[in-house]
Amino acid sequence: MSLISRGFSGRRRSSDPNLPPGQYLTEDFPVLSAGPTPRVDLDDWELSVTTETGDVHRWDWAGLQALPQDEPTVDLHCVTRWSKFATDWRGVSLDTLLADVETAADYMLISSYGGYTTNVPLEDLLDGKAWIAHTYDGEPLAAEHGGPARLLVPHLYLWKSAKWVRGLTLSLEDEPGFWETAGYHNYGDPWREQRYWGE
Amino acid sequence: MSWRVAVVAELRDETDTARTLALDIADWSGHTAGQHVDVRLTAPDGYTAVRPYSIASGPGQQRVDLTVEIDPNGEVSPYLARDVTVGEQLEIRGPLGGWFVWRPAQTEPVQLIAGGSGLVPLMSMLRARAATDSSAPFRLLYSVRRPEAMLYADELIRAGKLEDVDVSLTYTREAPPGWPHPVGRLDAVRLEVETWPPSVAPTTYICGPTAFVEAVADLLLAAGHEARRIRTERFG
Repeated sequence: MSLISRGFSGRRRSSDPNLPPGQYLTEDFPVLSAGPTPRVDLDDWELSVTTETGDVHRWDWAGLQALPQDEPTVDLHCVTRWSKFATDWRGVSLDTLLADVETAADYMLISSYGGYTTNVPLEDLLDGKAWIAHTYDGEPLAAEHGGPARLLVPHLYLWKSAKWVRGLTLSLEDEPGFWETAGYHNYGDPWREQRYWGE
Repeated sequence: MSWRVAVVAELRDETDTARTLALDIADWSGHTAGQHVDVRLTAPDGYTAVRPYSIASGPGQQRVDLTVEIDPNGEVSPYLARDVTVGEQLEIRGPLGGWFVWRPAQTEPVQLIAGGSGLVPLMSMLRARAATDSSAPFRLLYSVRRPEAMLYADELIRAGKLEDVDVSLTYTREAPPGWPHPVGRLDAVRLEVETWPPSVAPTTYICGPTAFVEAVADLLLAAGHEARRIRTERFG
């Protein structure tokens, strides 16, 4: 039983079935990150996939653009409680990226320019569930939102969608990333409100 | 992590648009300077809203202070900063956040840079430092719209409690009469004068609106500060 605040009415009471528990809708695109925004030149940009056996696959910017592109429209849910519906992206599905990668791994550790890391089970990144996104709303992805390219895993809280993505490391063992070792949930399902460690 | 009952023990108006709620929380285990709590409000019809608020008080104080700035478009902040009364109960959980924190065991120079109500978690760090006899060198650069918008003015300036902390102010809209610096957005020249140089290798904490944090962090990188020593917290 919750405490009642008699003078509080609140505003956003439409119970939208697409809004996970504890979230509110915003039309803005707020920014959350732990440090300065890295600025990565497209000429220097590189994305690598490293398997559990040490095989490395690399793409430069032209190489990423040469892969088949998807245009997903997805809802975003940030652990700081805002959600944004029907955002339009363009990028490369991880199914495409990993198509020729031999692996028996169950986990992926994603690392970014600037040093950020996050971990996601591999099955959450395949079958059309995740992309390397470089275009938002028809424009090149702005640096503060993760450009040149970010991971997009919209069914998990947005901290899993690492900005400024640089390397994907496949692993047999799960290794918690930056926020996951700073008190946030290891998996981060918005529909189960897995915000903090232990939830 | 479970919700706890917090009793509003005291209310202090900080500015026309910001108020501090001093909370009594049973079995509060303490916090680390820079952390926040979630506050949950439940309307009579069962509707709930939860928002994060930074803790302003230092660790080890009996009460937990939250300073809430009214967001005119906000759903929760107008209630907390205008309507809440002493004795009322709120639900909170926390403390939360393990990155944007300062611990007394840190001995390196610290640079705090606040935009508007972004001062709140940095104030907790200043108070933590004062309460623990830390000798870590601290500087604060605080950007506010106008003199009346300054939070904790007595404590920061007039009472001299922080006399060994170098506090610098910058005004973005309106300055006191005779103010010797330009009024407007913080620029590279002022930032260089009012903050530790890269050679000191400070740990820098920046908190404020996104545009402010982005601009300041970019200027610090351009001045030669290392990205890994810069911690940011943004809102809006």
